[in-house]
Amino acid sequence: MALPNSEFKNRKNLMNRETVSQQIKRRLRLNEFFKYVFLAGLVFALLVLSTLIYDVISKGGGWVDLDFLRNFPSRRPEDAGLYPALIGSLWLMLLIVPMVFIIGVGAAIYLEEYAPKNRMTSFIEVNISNLAGVPSIVFGLLGLTIFVRVMELGNSIMAGALTLGLMSLPIVIVASQESLRAVKMELRHASLALGASKWQTTFNVVLPSALPGIITGIILAVSRAIGETAPLIMVGAATFISTTPSSVLSDFTALPIQIYNWTSRPQAEFQNLAAAGIIVLMTMLITMNSVAIYIRNKYTNRH
Amino acid sequence: MSWMKKSALLASITSVALVGAACGNNEEGGAAEGDALSGKVVMDGSSTVFPIMEAVAEEYSAEQPEVEVTVGVSGTGGGFKRFVTGETDFSNASREIKEEEAAEAEENGVEFTQLSVALDGLSLVVNPANDWAQDITIEELNKMWTDTNVKTWKDVRSDWPDEEISFFSPGKDSGTFDFFNEAVLDDTDIREDAQLSEDDNVLVTGVAGTEGAIGFFGYAYYIENQDTLRAVAVEGVEPTTETINDLSYPLSREIFTYVNNASLKDKEQVADFARFMNENAAALSEEVGYVGMEQARYDENMKMIDELAGE
Repeated sequence: MALPNSEFKNRKNLMNRETVSQQIKRRLRLNEFFKYVFLAGLVFALLVLSTLIYDVISKGGGWVDLDFLRNFPSRRPEDAGLYPALIGSLWLMLLIVPMVFIIGVGAAIYLEEYAPKNRMTSFIEVNISNLAGVPSIVFGLLGLTIFVRVMELGNSIMAGALTLGLMSLPIVIVASQESLRAVKMELRHASLALGASKWQTTFNVVLPSALPGIITGIILAVSRAIGETAPLIMVGAATFISTTPSSVLSDFTALPIQIYNWTSRPQAEFQNLAAAGIIVLMTMLITMNSVAIYIRNKYTNRH
Repeated sequence: MSWMKKSALLASITSVALVGAACGNNEEGGAAEGDALSGKVVMDGSSTVFPIMEAVAEEYSAEQPEVEVTVGVSGTGGGFKRFVTGETDFSNASREIKEEEAAEAEENGVEFTQLSVALDGLSLVVNPANDWAQDITIEELNKMWTDTNVKTWKDVRSDWPDEEISFFSPGKDSGTFDFFNEAVLDDTDIREDAQLSEDDNVLVTGVAGTEGAIGFFGYAYYIENQDTLRAVAVEGVEPTTETINDLSYPLSREIFTYVNNASLKDKEQVADFARFMNENAAALSEEVGYVGMEQARYDENMKMIDELAGE
């Protein structure tokens, strides 16, 4: 048994233990180093976020109370509230969510499940992705021309919701397409093999599996829409309104417009009111997102 | 340029036709006999005038809760764009209407009347560390804001120190800039190294944080920030409520609202709102940081309103 021994000897000569252990140490050090680089990235992001939240809460926290939610804006900061803006934003949200869900998911299903894979389809897909990057003010101009003037909706909630909905659609379509694509082919094949039609397969198998991803896309898109100011100002949303909306054709104002207006006022108290407005807007978004996460988890567990 | 004007014209004509059609069916407004009015009063325009109109609308809605008053802030120019097509009843403005805008209104068959609402003093402010510039002339202002050869305060007046100047100005779309352009710059281009911002609070921060800085904005922003800024007297006159009111401060300016004559005549709530605004403008403007005008000016306004509304 001389052979294995000599081989062992050779190996020993080939791999210098010291070099190896040094190299491994270096790799481990590099590993540590990058771990801390990434951690620093996270800490930085959280630090900025918490500074912002601290700033907003310390300035505006004392101003948020029931009267703030119930009152109309006023020249006296202590009497001012954002009731009409809050109601306006709620109306917008109620209109935008079903709109982007039905149209956005519908478009995504067509593109993923039905459309032939040809140049035309990929041309459409590229354009939808591009639309997701178009500045919101451009959608505002479009809304002003089409919804406000051509469709004669005036400066109404409907015109605002359609404009914001249009702005959110590309994000919803792209996100929905991606989650539809992620559904395993085997699931579709199994369903088809059992004799289900394409529509039955899509509605009962593919859509439920893709729903968590779709809902995430909708949350992101609608959260962005609710925080937009520019397109709403373009479609002529009011900054002050003496009444609350009575229908989708009423004039309206929304939270970001009210906040923007308060930040531009000379008196420091109004800046605090703006911070209080931001707290209300953030609470609204967090509530909306929590509901969506709840729905999402329910579906994730099922499939 | 001409094709742009043409297409803009075309766009505005189409929009008038559409808006006209839209107004016909859903804005009958007005009210039955008696005190309680209903319908809409639509205002848009300058953000400078907004705080006054917000205050007026706030008080008015206590008196006429059924009337829906909306006030937008598209800026003076943006407001006029909607006003000349007949979309709005009032257009708030921190400058007078331009010839092009008036021509467009005429083309669209929109007749209007200018009502002065209050006075503002365009305040020139410097950093509190600046103890030399107590007084400045319009000529010196013109030179320093247009001539890039002026780099330090010494270049403006030889007995001032060799401290570099930083310039802070409202954006070119604002009525405040238009007024400064007319009153001080004499239509010469503002120096390129001036920092422009649409948000006056940004200008306040800029001047308060830079030792050699100079900037300008409405009186209300100066009054609210007296602890971090100092106003410079112009031609020997400091901006105060009195000097702005009697127009002795050279950069006093009127701020306006323009009313659509047809709205005033046909919509009872618009006429009622106009009267209410005129009666309360002086007191409410002072509450939000502006200066009221002499009573005689408001009486003049009232006469015009009564005539147009057809009492």
